[in-house]
Amino acid sequence: MNKVKQKKVVDIWTLMSLVILGLYVLFLLFPLYALLKSAVIGESGGFSFEWFVKFFSLKYYSQTLINSFNVTVMTTLLSLILGIPLAYFYNMYEIKFKGFLQILIILCSMSAPFIGAYAWIQLLGRSGIVTVFIKNITGITVPNIYGFNGILLVLTLQLFPLVFLYVSGALKNIDNSLLEASDNMGCTGINRFFKVVIPLCMPTILAAALLVFMRAFADFGTPLLIGEGFRVFPVEIYVQFLGETGTNYNFAAAISVIAILITAVIFLFQKFLSSRFAFTMNALHPIEKKKAKGLFNVFIHLYSYLIVGIAFLPQIYIAYQSFQNTSGKLFKAGYSFDSYTAALKRMSKAIPNTFIIGGLALVMVIILAVFIAYLVVRRKNTMNTAIDTMSMLPYIIPGSVVGIALVMAFNKKPLALTGTAAIMVIALIIRRLPYTIRSSVATLQQIPLTVEEAAISLGCSKLSAFFKVTVPMMANGIISGAILSWVTIITELSTAIILYNTRTVTLTLAIYTFVTRGNYGYAAALATILSGFTVISLLIFMKVSKSKDITL
Amino acid sequence: MSVNIKIKNAIKRYGTNTVISDISLDIKEGEFFTLLGPSGCGKTTLLRMIAGFNTIEGGDFFFNDKRINAIDPSKRNIGMVFQNYAIFPHLTVKQNVAFGLKNRKYSKEDTERETLKFLELMQIEQYKDRMPDKLSGGQQQRVALARSLVIQPDVLLMDEPLSNLDAKLRVEMRSVIKEIQNRVGITTVYVTHDQEEAMAVSDRIAVMKDGVIQHLGTPKDIYQRPTNLFVSTFIGRTNLIEAKLVCENNKTFVEFSSGYHVEMKNVLETEKQSRKVTVSIRPEEFTISTETKEGIKAVVDSSIFLGLNTHYFVHLSSGEKVEIIQESKIDSIIPVSSEIYLTVKEEKINLFTEDGTRNILQGVRNDNELSVGE
Repeated sequence: MNKVKQKKVVDIWTLMSLVILGLYVLFLLFPLYALLKSAVIGESGGFSFEWFVKFFSLKYYSQTLINSFNVTVMTTLLSLILGIPLAYFYNMYEIKFKGFLQILIILCSMSAPFIGAYAWIQLLGRSGIVTVFIKNITGITVPNIYGFNGILLVLTLQLFPLVFLYVSGALKNIDNSLLEASDNMGCTGINRFFKVVIPLCMPTILAAALLVFMRAFADFGTPLLIGEGFRVFPVEIYVQFLGETGTNYNFAAAISVIAILITAVIFLFQKFLSSRFAFTMNALHPIEKKKAKGLFNVFIHLYSYLIVGIAFLPQIYIAYQSFQNTSGKLFKAGYSFDSYTAALKRMSKAIPNTFIIGGLALVMVIILAVFIAYLVVRRKNTMNTAIDTMSMLPYIIPGSVVGIALVMAFNKKPLALTGTAAIMVIALIIRRLPYTIRSSVATLQQIPLTVEEAAISLGCSKLSAFFKVTVPMMANGIISGAILSWVTIITELSTAIILYNTRTVTLTLAIYTFVTRGNYGYAAALATILSGFTVISLLIFMKVSKSKDITL
Repeated sequence: MSVNIKIKNAIKRYGTNTVISDISLDIKEGEFFTLLGPSGCGKTTLLRMIAGFNTIEGGDFFFNDKRINAIDPSKRNIGMVFQNYAIFPHLTVKQNVAFGLKNRKYSKEDTERETLKFLELMQIEQYKDRMPDKLSGGQQQRVALARSLVIQPDVLLMDEPLSNLDAKLRVEMRSVIKEIQNRVGITTVYVTHDQEEAMAVSDRIAVMKDGVIQHLGTPKDIYQRPTNLFVSTFIGRTNLIEAKLVCENNKTFVEFSSGYHVEMKNVLETEKQSRKVTVSIRPEEFTISTETKEGIKAVVDSSIFLGLNTHYFVHLSSGEKVEIIQESKIDSIIPVSSEIYLTVKEEKINLFTEDGTRNILQGVRNDNELSVGE
């Protein structure tokens, strides 16, 4: 007896795993393979490392990598330096108008970075209003914001809100008794901040640092607009791929491969660091906000308002500009909606495209993320672990590289997708999926398995238990994650710019086009509309999730 | 309809790690059967094998004569109550209870009637439109119970259902569970690590350790005549004292190190040979004497007055520490450092071989050995 060896059950979920695996192979591994192949084909058409040699031997090219690395590391550090104290003040002390402040911070993090860049040029550029104003009053010329400084300024103001949101989340998980215990043992104030609070938040700080690094490293719009002579590698890829002076697909592919290798190393380094700080917390008694006293109270209010104010300034200025009258490319006196009507007339497809392409991508992202999360959490096996690993790959691949890889894979039959809306949808799905999967996995892990088992023991099949019980219980998490995905989808630029054509122009692309043509009034109008959509999405998010807490 | 559950040579492995090795059980129709043991002993694993949520690596599981090994959990007609209740948080109390009936394609009227019947039975009909997060732990427990019983299952499985409740509610809910089980008359398998809870609700208890059933019997059997040292220490409190078994002139004595000895009339014939033994004496099986100098000499270290009883913590001259429970007397509590003399109620104490593997007295009833012997 005892011969009963359980056979592996082939159920609906095994089939699901196979389908998802197939999709990943086709739309992720195959393009990456095409990219890699292209990178090692030389001018003669044979196998060669000549593009890599060219990149590293000519300082003109290799310098872009060093530049990118420098500006990204500085951005990451500065974002942490600004964001961590802000989160600390915000969660430890009473700050007036804190709800409003938080909405502004979230809005800052959600606008497209290149819009910030162009707004700062309007403010602090050679003929920016602040520059001119200061020069007229004092005769002093403010330092140049083009190049390294400008990129650093724009990206930091764009990305420190992420640090704020992440660290705020971690602070909410710190039990008040830990802080009281620290006080009790004589470690208070700034001492406690460095010895207790920071170490407790370390896993989150590292996660936030990685996210900021990846975003800053891959950002393409900001350096293109404000970088001028300071050349970074995402721009170099773009120039090699689509530039006006002679394109070289193979060289672009080679630079892309180098970029992926670098982000992979950074990713692994971060994993190594955070494995040394791995612990979990769960606050029974969250930190009680106290009222700060005297000068310190003034300081924390000033700090919070000033930083958020500066970060939000570009958006206010753009909204203001959108109502100014224009004559050709110049602004003139008076206010009207003329920029809106003109911009919408010229780019009539932009808004429908944004909703159709973004909406399709969003639906697919949600469906795939829910299924993948379920497979990863509830059906651990080799195939699903492979899916899990693969789903995280796009996290470390810069957006423009995703775009290039897709073009290289699908520019000929049988799957000639280049130039279609489908390829833009696919690109958005690939890029956004890792984030939505993570949030779905986190939601699912909080749902005890026994609830599903209860449904099964009450007569549900596996699949109907999933739809009747698991999905409704995940719903809140899924919807809030989806809205945040939506916001990032409609503000996406770096992949779309490689894949779009005139028929598939979206709002961000239209704004970008207007900016590069110098039609600032039109750009401002569309950017304000985009901000409007973002605000509405956020309001819906807060309504649905019944909270003001946002983690990306 | 209730069934009897037969398990033959059940085996559970995780990889190469064997969690349950060869368990056989025969649970009677309508019986309240408890799997009791410390955490990690395999009791929940066995329960989940019956439910169908764990794979079965070996052996056969029967409901009456139907082998259920290969039957999907949703088709086994089992009512299950989980440790965390597993109430669906997105459904109201009533929808939770009706959930299983809807899956069974009951008509609307039948669903309504049956749901209300069990809501009333569990006395939660006034909460029927509430969401679960508005219920207390005890109320959620009642919903879970109603939900599992309304489908008229053949078997009710309960996995540590009371462990998330506070002490007072736990006592209250266990009598609710026992009473409902009695009234419905359903075969019930109950898992717990709380021996007092097990004693309170069960018809029979299987005491498990390391994936093996140590002792299977009624609460009275396992408390009064535990089959081995583990069972005697796990069920209730007890004092273990080293002693000698002395057989002379057709009489058998237990002789303690102090020289105190009592005649034992219930030692198994096969075990009657002089040797070292371990004596298990429960706190209430001592009699304290302060006047006569007969018995084991001891010194009082501390005492706790608990109303009905008074607990004394003493040490013997051999250094062994012993706990004694006496019904509280109206006169004063014996002061700390007093010398006292302990005698034992010899008909109640248990003797084990020196290694503790078996009880050497008559009257040990272990159903597990009976079924293995079959």
